[in-house]
Amino acid sequence: MEVKTAFGADLMSDVLAFAQSGSLLLTGLTNPQVIRTADVLDISAIIIVRGKRPSPDTVQLAGDLGIPILVTRFILFETAGRLYQSGIRGCLVKVDGSVHSHG
Amino acid sequence: MADEPLIYENQFNVQGGNFSDAGKVASHIKAILKGFGIPSEAVRKTALVAYESEINIVSYARKGVIHLRLAPDQIVIETIDEGSGIADIELAMQEGYSTATDKIREMGFGAGMGLANIRNFSDIFHISSEPGKGTSLKMIIKWRP
Amino acid sequence: MTETSPIDLSTLVRLLRLQVRSGADRLDRPVRGGYVGDLLSDVMGNSREGDLWITRQVHPNIVAVASLKDLAAIVLVNGSEPAPETLNKAAAEGIPVLLAEESAFAVAGKVYALIAGAVPTAT
Repeated sequence: MEVKTAFGADLMSDVLAFAQSGSLLLTGLTNPQVIRTADVLDISAIIIVRGKRPSPDTVQLAGDLGIPILVTRFILFETAGRLYQSGIRGCLVKVDGSVHSHG
Repeated sequence: MADEPLIYENQFNVQGGNFSDAGKVASHIKAILKGFGIPSEAVRKTALVAYESEINIVSYARKGVIHLRLAPDQIVIETIDEGSGIADIELAMQEGYSTATDKIREMGFGAGMGLANIRNFSDIFHISSEPGKGTSLKMIIKWRP
Repeated sequence: MTETSPIDLSTLVRLLRLQVRSGADRLDRPVRGGYVGDLLSDVMGNSREGDLWITRQVHPNIVAVASLKDLAAIVLVNGSEPAPETLNKAAAEGIPVLLAEESAFAVAGKVYALIAGAVPTAT
């Protein structure tokens, strides 16, 4: 799987409003709503930050829907920093569907 | 809408307070629309408004129903819930305004963005509410084969 | 992360093209690190003094969190506007509030690079 963009947030409504399909989602949340949100947007994979573990029902749902979950001990700031340095870019999708890659 | 023959119609019950299942109906609706070969942008918008609506029912109502109607040129999502309703719709539509509980906020919702998202991602949006009775939303997303 | 040469807010404002909505007289503050988070309890529990707080949360309570935790500034992302009450509180408490058109990911990516002393990315 190749990923070019990422979005980091703890507000799922924010993810819904702005994240681009195919992006990575970086979040500190671990509940099943993260998976539902990723499913609605066709997010490529979820990275749970700060060493938190997804709840069993989250893992179950992610398995059912085929959405990979990765876990890192880094805080979201550092995870974003490291991914950014490796060439992953931010993305914002406007409401009209146009995509603005930036950074 | 009334003139157009429907391609598909279904309705789904949503139980208030059932946070672990919140989003299930939206996922289902998305899968149905994908199955009909609806363009991905319209599927994404529909799933998004259905999801935010479902979260609202789970968060603020005893129960509700989400109707899906697929017409040849548009998708209609209609939600009717039995719950506390909204006293001041204009205030509730304002971004950042929220009456969410901690439980809702822990899920990543309740930041006062839901109704604004629903409005922004719908081509046509109607809301009506009766305090103490419930809230009804109607969202239309246009699509073209 | 290394904390070799603290970068100050005014440098970040310039390089990231941020809008200054509050605390313009405090841009000489050093930025020692960053924290991205939208849940106030998370930021209360895990951010560190001198962090630049990057968030989409515009609620007035963000000012209290930034003040209690001695954060360097709040950066609101995705072009979101703070509630008027948030700005009033920020002015009263002397908390810089900065606005970015970009996402939290991009702002964090750039700030991280600058703090870590990597080659500054042109915007």
